[in-house]
Amino acid sequence: MSRPDTPMTTGREERAAGRGGLEARLLVRRGDFALDLELTAAPGEVVALLGPNGAGKSTALRALAGLVPLADGYIRVDGRDLHRLPPERRGIGMVFQDYLLFPHLSALENVAFGLRCQGVRKRETRRIAAEWLERVGLAEYASARPRALSGGQAQRVALARALAVRPRLLLLDEPLSALDAHTRLEIRSGLRRRLAGFDGAAVLVTHDPLDAMVLADRLVVLEGGRPVQRGRPADVARQPRTEYVARLVGLNLYRGQADGRTVRVEGEGGARMELDTVDHVLGEVFLAFEPTAVALYRSRPEGSPRNVWRARVAAVERHGDRVRVRLQGPPLSAAADVTPAAVAELELTPGARVWAALKATETRVYPA
Amino acid sequence: MVERVRTRIAALVLAAVTALALAGCGDVEDGDASAGAERGGRTLTVFAAASLTETFTSLGEAFEAAHPGVTVRFGFGGSSTLAQQIVQGAPADVFAAASTATMKTVADRGAASGQPRIFARNRLVIAVAKDAAGKVTSLRDLAGRDLKVVLCAEQAPCGDAAGKALRAGGVRVEPVSREKDVKAVLTKVRMGEADAGLVYRTDVRAASGQVTGVEFPESAEAGNDYPIAVLAEAPQPELAREFVRLVLSGQGRTVLAQAGFEAP
Amino acid sequence: MRAPAGGASPERGFGRRPPWMLVLPALVGLGFLVLPPAGLLLRAPWSTLGTRLADPRVLEALRLSLLTATAATGVCLVLGVPLAWVLARVPFPGARLVRALVTVPLVLPPVVGGVALLLVLGRRGLVGQWLDAAFGVTLPFTTAGVVLAQTFVAMPFLVISVEGALRAADLRYEEAAATLGATRWTVFRRVTLPLVAPGVLAGAVLCWARALGEFGATITFAGSFPGRTETMPLAVYLALETDPEAAVVLSLVLLAVSVLVLTALRDRWLDVA
Repeated sequence: MSRPDTPMTTGREERAAGRGGLEARLLVRRGDFALDLELTAAPGEVVALLGPNGAGKSTALRALAGLVPLADGYIRVDGRDLHRLPPERRGIGMVFQDYLLFPHLSALENVAFGLRCQGVRKRETRRIAAEWLERVGLAEYASARPRALSGGQAQRVALARALAVRPRLLLLDEPLSALDAHTRLEIRSGLRRRLAGFDGAAVLVTHDPLDAMVLADRLVVLEGGRPVQRGRPADVARQPRTEYVARLVGLNLYRGQADGRTVRVEGEGGARMELDTVDHVLGEVFLAFEPTAVALYRSRPEGSPRNVWRARVAAVERHGDRVRVRLQGPPLSAAADVTPAAVAELELTPGARVWAALKATETRVYPA
Repeated sequence: MVERVRTRIAALVLAAVTALALAGCGDVEDGDASAGAERGGRTLTVFAAASLTETFTSLGEAFEAAHPGVTVRFGFGGSSTLAQQIVQGAPADVFAAASTATMKTVADRGAASGQPRIFARNRLVIAVAKDAAGKVTSLRDLAGRDLKVVLCAEQAPCGDAAGKALRAGGVRVEPVSREKDVKAVLTKVRMGEADAGLVYRTDVRAASGQVTGVEFPESAEAGNDYPIAVLAEAPQPELAREFVRLVLSGQGRTVLAQAGFEAP
Repeated sequence: MRAPAGGASPERGFGRRPPWMLVLPALVGLGFLVLPPAGLLLRAPWSTLGTRLADPRVLEALRLSLLTATAATGVCLVLGVPLAWVLARVPFPGARLVRALVTVPLVLPPVVGGVALLLVLGRRGLVGQWLDAAFGVTLPFTTAGVVLAQTFVAMPFLVISVEGALRAADLRYEEAAATLGATRWTVFRRVTLPLVAPGVLAGAVLCWARALGEFGATITFAGSFPGRTETMPLAVYLALETDPEAAVVLSLVLLAVSVLVLTALRDRWLDVA
């Protein structure tokens, strides 16, 4: 079945000029807040913007869509300059946080909306929209109003609506945050499949590291309006470069000075501590380890390795069958995962003082 | 959404009611009851046709001057509106109407004390707008095709009088509007919306130069008699009788004549 | 008329009685609103009602009233909805002043509104004399003049209602439409308007009701002539001069028709939305 050419122009000559996909530099100022972000996404690539609330992720997305003006910079998609165009002429598909399906239109009419705006004839738009609904598995919901759809269904309709205009850039703003944890897993994998089938560039905004890991080919971590780390999801997760990312992926992270197999770490309250590692590095480094790598004792462990310190228990939280113990320095604050049995045996309550030990083999050191 | 809209409707309805209430006021001058009671004096309440506003106000001042401690309070308005208020029990002492028919509705309900007396006569004249001055010199001219004429509604006393005059003159007029009262007719002519209208001579005189008054002989057939009566339920029957006497006196006639009224 | 019989009893089952501080004024308020129309019903000359209703002047006035009120509502929609949109969506210097000006007809006594219309659109008015000279069009004493007077007093209801709905509407839907390629006009037509439809309808209903009851501005600006400018409220007023019973009958007709239309509209639209 042939698809009609949409009037959206992706001029060949212009495309030849650029590398294809998205190339952008976004400078947005809003009061005290300033966003300064360089961003690229190759055709077929999904780039996730990850960051805490107020980091400027959504602002970046809205700037790409033309809903927020650029103070400076450029936006090119397949070599075509978009930053001077109003939103309706950018030919971008966007999936909004609460999907924003038009409540007065049926699912089919929602999907057909963009095509109608491009001047495609009504019967034709309905046919194409029906195809898209079928593709997202919602053919039988064509006449349903958005109110009658579940969160997951609404998300799929919103995705179909954005893709129906055959955009060369797809923007997704927290596409899973409106869903409950139960349906999220299933919807996430569905979204992953559909994004894999999309041949344009895609930018995804999320504050959930798991969404980012599963959906994105590349991560850009944004903090305070600036990118602080870029890379493949696995690399970012393994070697976080900021406290925020480390906490997201559940790692203990420190900055320090490496001297061969010893890292002098900056601890709590100006305290310094030397940790033994197995990697051989020199200079400014990050040192990271998993909470499970920390062992806790009531008294100083026998024949102790060098990586031992005494800390105060700040909090004890249960996570499934593990218990996370938050240790407060000086010298070193860290998260440690232990079994419930250990909590009882060690009488781990907030305020208690314990010994913490870390095997050198469990540490990861990489240049800062 | 619907809830919000409903709340909004409620607010708007409230605004509408307020606006209507504001709009409704001001027809009848209705001073508050305590106004005249100061210094322990007596208060005389007179309901009079709107066309008597100027004359009766000056007669009221004369009355107060002659009766120290007495305050005269006026309710001016459309004769029939006033008549209805009186029938419904409004506490008034004297009623002066612009037509005998209206006075009859009051007398028939037994609300008047004694026989009403005619104290003045008002004659119809043609009020001509400034722009149309000279185009109208007789009643017959009102039948002109390109002339915009306004008359009182048939239900109003002035409309009744106009009908009589036109019939007496054998003139057929196609008015553009039949206004609710004679003041409204005058306003339309004064503002130039209408070229001419039939109003009372007193109205033209009160409009002092803004419209031209054209007298016509047929108006003899359509004079309006103004009756006055003391009301049966008058709180101040003695003062009421004295006020009626003043209106009928030579002094009263003079004041009325100055305003354009004729003696009965 | 659907007047509640006896004291309105609070909802059982909730176990909590509504506070008398609210119920008492509510009942007084309800009585205040319901009793005057009920008085009309009680005093209606039922025996002669049939013959009075058959009077062609009554039907003529009713026809004119329905026609002009509907036309005025139409004009209000065509001009008022865009005005509300501008007030709600386009920031401009002096917006607050303009918003206040829009509500002036609400507080202006309608008779004053009529005079103001005469001064501007009358035969000697600022715009009116030009209309007369250029096109030979004069508005006073015409049915169009009635529509104009009604539009003047009724439009604020529509503008306020629609502006409120526009302000309450979620702007992000319009953004979503824009990213899908909709021009501003398409966004307004296909997204904004449907979203604020309940507000538009509520405004139109108020507008129509206000236009139907309009008296002061109409008689001042358009005068009164049967079949041309004499609407029901004018007929009621004039009837009051000589025949109060006829006035009651006319009022009842106006009341019945408006209640009928408004309930029909509300059942059809507002409850569905």
